[in-house]
Amino acid sequence: MRVAGFYVAGVDAGSTYTKAALVDDEGNLVATAILMTGVKIVEAARKVYAEVLRQTGVTEDRVKFLVGTGYGRYNITFGHLQVTEISCHAKGAHYLFPNTRTVLDMGGQDTKAIRINERGEVIDFCMNDKCAAGTGRFIEGAAKVLGLSLKEVGELSLKGKKPVKISSTCAVFAETETMEQLAWGNSVEDVLYGVHVSMATRSIGLLRRVGIVPELTFTGGVSQNVGMVKALEEQLNMKINTSPLTMYCGAIGAALFGLEKLRAAQEVKVKR
Amino acid sequence: MVITVGIDVGTRNTKIAVMEDGAKIIYKNVTRTTFDFAKTARGVYGSALKELGLREDDVKYVVATGFGRYRVDFRDINVTDITANSRGARLFYPNTRCVLDIGAGNSRAAKIDERGRVVKFRSTEKCAAGGGGFLEKIAYYTGFEISEIGKIALQSKNPVPISTVCSVFAESEVINLVTQEVPMEDILMGAHLSVIGRVVITLKQVGVEPEVTLTGGLVLNPAIPKALEEKLKMKPNASPELFYAGAVGAAVLGYRRLLKKREVQAA
Repeated sequence: MRVAGFYVAGVDAGSTYTKAALVDDEGNLVATAILMTGVKIVEAARKVYAEVLRQTGVTEDRVKFLVGTGYGRYNITFGHLQVTEISCHAKGAHYLFPNTRTVLDMGGQDTKAIRINERGEVIDFCMNDKCAAGTGRFIEGAAKVLGLSLKEVGELSLKGKKPVKISSTCAVFAETETMEQLAWGNSVEDVLYGVHVSMATRSIGLLRRVGIVPELTFTGGVSQNVGMVKALEEQLNMKINTSPLTMYCGAIGAALFGLEKLRAAQEVKVKR
Repeated sequence: MVITVGIDVGTRNTKIAVMEDGAKIIYKNVTRTTFDFAKTARGVYGSALKELGLREDDVKYVVATGFGRYRVDFRDINVTDITANSRGARLFYPNTRCVLDIGAGNSRAAKIDERGRVVKFRSTEKCAAGGGGFLEKIAYYTGFEISEIGKIALQSKNPVPISTVCSVFAESEVINLVTQEVPMEDILMGAHLSVIGRVVITLKQVGVEPEVTLTGGLVLNPAIPKALEEKLKMKPNASPELFYAGAVGAAVLGYRRLLKKREVQAA
């Protein structure tokens, strides 16, 4: 790793996981870390931040700016600035896939559709504000009934042949709906395929409201679920961008906001 | 003596009632609903027969109700939750005009006429906000058992209603209230009032008329009748045996069906 003059960091305190990213003074991503959020949001934020520093051996005094984002961002009191996760996901997605024009961020209890311009700035967005229907919680409910991990439910859904029609939308009903579908004699694979298709349909509804312009980048924790990626691609009839880093988009975007802030401050200094 | 059986396969619990001549309850029992509804139902049915020393032939009619009713493969017929609970409520409280069945998944309000027939009904079916599922989540967020929260809530003096409708989103609101050091009993009573507030809307849609009888799993939670009384300004019937109203009502309907088919003579 190149030794940079200074670093910036972003911490994304999500409802389920807290993510951190470390970016150097030239805007290169150097490290990421992830941890369960739990009830102690500040503690989780401090721990993931410490983890990116540990991985890289960068000392805390060389991190010139730290930005908090995610639903718990106002609890990250050791940071310098808080930015909404919508702006951060947009910036992070644009960093990983520069041709991104639409972002779908699917997390533990939020799903957001974001339209961005060629500079990675938000033009429009739409999210589930009333309830947790159509978010990662629904898949979690199905996984819980089956005693499977989130990774496993995605993989199993790929083996489904015919998606079962899922009638419930409430995330709390995911458990009983899964139970009921299995009781009707449907295979686990087909039920899970159905769960992913129904989630994809709901998120496409959100995406349509902001307009789907390629390339579409899928971010947030659920972007790591292969079943969800497949269901989205099938229904949208287009390839979508994902990578193991897309779940860190919020944290990466936050760190990049920090870098912009520092650069702007320096320009002011130079002008003076 | 004619024996009929009612089995109510709910989202959380499966209830069974065995009756003589559609009037006398000779046995009732409950078990947790498992993922195999048919097996759960067969299980409670089997133990009921065994404990009563009956053979399957002794049972004239088996009526299934509840969300898993179609999976009860040994049933003679199935009836909706609304019909079954209305019948059951009327058996315990003959002057019932409104039945409010609050279960784990959702709740149903029904208006019945003086003969016990359902005139009008409404249900909260889109999400868990109007049922026990909401309170289960609140119990989980606050670290209590679902069986404890009602008792704690009854000690509340200044209930703080939960404004979030979504059971999942309510978590952050509850955590906020806890960090603001709002007394636990006030948070819990607030949660009960929020659920009841939504249930009362369905009741108002069918038209509130005394007597109101509460049935379903939440009748066992002492804060529920209290919250309902506060919202309705009227005391609902809420004795613990109403927990079995669905199963009992199903068994009554079985007996009535036999009468109609003239397979038995009225006792």
